[in-house]
Amino acid sequence: MQASHAHGDLTPQLIGTPIWYDQAVAAAGIPIYDVPMVSVGGGLGSFILTDVLRIQGAPASAIKVVSNSETPWQSWEYLTRVSQLPAHERIRSDAGARPDNLWGFPSYALHEAWQDKSLALVWQVLVEPVFADFFSPRAGTVFATVQKEAQRIGYWDMLASGQVRMVRRRAGGGYFTLVTPPAGTTPTKRIAIRSRYVHLAVGYPGLKFLPDLQEFRETHNDYHRVVNAYEPHEHVYEFLKSRPGAVVVRGAGIVASRVLQRLIDDRERLGLQTQIVQVFRTYIAGTHGPGVWMRRKGGDGWAYQAFTFPKSAFGGQLKAQFRAAQGDKRKELSKAVGGTTTPRLRRWQGQLQRGRQGGWYHAVQAIVEKVEPTRDGRLLSHIRSDNGQRNQIASDFVIDCTGLEADMAEHRVLADLLQNGGARRNGAGRLAVGPNFEVLGAESGDGALYASGAATGGNHFLAVDSFMGMQTAALDIAADLARRGFVRRLGPVRSTGQWVKWALGRPV
Amino acid sequence: MTPTLFGRIQTRLFTLGTIGVVLTALIVPVLPGTTGGLGATYKTAYLILLAVAVVGVGWELLYHLLMQFRWDKDWPTLFGLVTILNEGALMFLLLRAGVVPGIGGKVAVSTFVTMFVFVWMGVWLVANGPLRVPFVQWRLRGGRFL
Repeated sequence: MQASHAHGDLTPQLIGTPIWYDQAVAAAGIPIYDVPMVSVGGGLGSFILTDVLRIQGAPASAIKVVSNSETPWQSWEYLTRVSQLPAHERIRSDAGARPDNLWGFPSYALHEAWQDKSLALVWQVLVEPVFADFFSPRAGTVFATVQKEAQRIGYWDMLASGQVRMVRRRAGGGYFTLVTPPAGTTPTKRIAIRSRYVHLAVGYPGLKFLPDLQEFRETHNDYHRVVNAYEPHEHVYEFLKSRPGAVVVRGAGIVASRVLQRLIDDRERLGLQTQIVQVFRTYIAGTHGPGVWMRRKGGDGWAYQAFTFPKSAFGGQLKAQFRAAQGDKRKELSKAVGGTTTPRLRRWQGQLQRGRQGGWYHAVQAIVEKVEPTRDGRLLSHIRSDNGQRNQIASDFVIDCTGLEADMAEHRVLADLLQNGGARRNGAGRLAVGPNFEVLGAESGDGALYASGAATGGNHFLAVDSFMGMQTAALDIAADLARRGFVRRLGPVRSTGQWVKWALGRPV
Repeated sequence: MTPTLFGRIQTRLFTLGTIGVVLTALIVPVLPGTTGGLGATYKTAYLILLAVAVVGVGWELLYHLLMQFRWDKDWPTLFGLVTILNEGALMFLLLRAGVVPGIGGKVAVSTFVTMFVFVWMGVWLVANGPLRVPFVQWRLRGGRFL
């Protein structure tokens, strides 16, 4: 008899059942493996949680990280590299935010100072941000230190290669994580991991495109001249090296800053004639904010902020205020501190100043109504400014620097969780989670499902999508798991002992 | 650092009550300019430390107010160092004015400066790094221990 599905694959019955019985999974011929904790994602979010759990006493054999990524930094490394942040460049992150070191001591500033045998970095971190820009680590420092820590905690033993298709609640408690392992590595197409706890850290579902640019790409099938900064676009810089050209940069955040830096670095280093027009949808002319206690610096179009949120959102006053606030107050706070920002780095200020003086960098406030190809193979952006004035900008390329996809339902596992797993969206459209980052509505008997990273925005904590935010989530999840008896508490004695092991490079 | 008001106060009291107490114990025997016995010097030194803690709560209120003008609501590392000047100056004036309870005699400039700088630097160094080792959540809770 030929079944409508292969043995060891999903059945329509399983797909249509929110809560799975062991027998139903077994009857479908899907092999079941048992492990207490599964982390889905395999990026820095999974790495940081496993690091904390290992430090709090979980054996490596109790955790499986299911991922398509070979390393925890793979996806982040890709996104930073294509968005013009190669390993030697400095990221936008505080010295004390170390994914490889949950104590944040010694900071990345001291680490790099020791490596470089340079006191300049110690001086910078001492006088920041008053007499110097905030210290930020090199991207390469993060890769290298995470690699070392991964080795120390036995991360590679916990990593299981495969694509997670869905996480379903299990009758009797806990969860099934349905995995499609790489073809040919298992006898069946799918395997199921049965666990009491699941953690989701799946990152961003994809790239976000501005509607007019998406329309252009689809209408004209041109993926060459209109590019997203988070996709490979080295050809733009190569073209500009071969002949003079004009580029429109859309966006006002950190990625726009980096793309401008690359364009200007090339221009100044190689003597190019590149013309740059930056289109700001919201043009910030100066200091702004709702009151004297909340004034953010800005100017020349940009809103300036050292990190993705005011520093105290990561572990200070704003974090406490936001956590205590409810409903409208929380929304109000979120609005006041949100928005697109970039750090006010001395290097970038100098570059843009030279651009303005030399007449090769122009900033305009406008919304772009549409982009069209011209007969001579260029692009024409039709813009309208807030005062109603219409204009056109001709360019060879448009670089969209407006960001990553934030709609969680675009991610298959999260979409399934919302549809079948009991999870619900919060006011910001992300996953509603409780104070321990447990996904609300997805509880299953004595099991718990947690999430961290971008998917958990819009809850009690603003800075979820950051190294320190993921550590915060990991510590809160681990504290909850300690109450449930899965790991030990992280008191001063264990913490100090584990730090000493970290410092000596000894296994946990 | 990104302290909250309660975090500031708790951090000040905790660090002075631990690191401050230990460092005071270490520095007293070698303090210059002291008169009288070691016991009397210890008594004076710990009374000064206590006064720094008490007056410090007032300072923290002021710092917290000043911090509100900063968008990031942070307290840069450098601020924690340079506030030795205003706090040291005020404490010395209070000592000279004879309003610190329990301290009758005159405390020499050299005695005061040596102790104050030594303890301050020690507390500042520990608070800017090593304190995170035993107390992982301390920096994530705005400097609160409780």
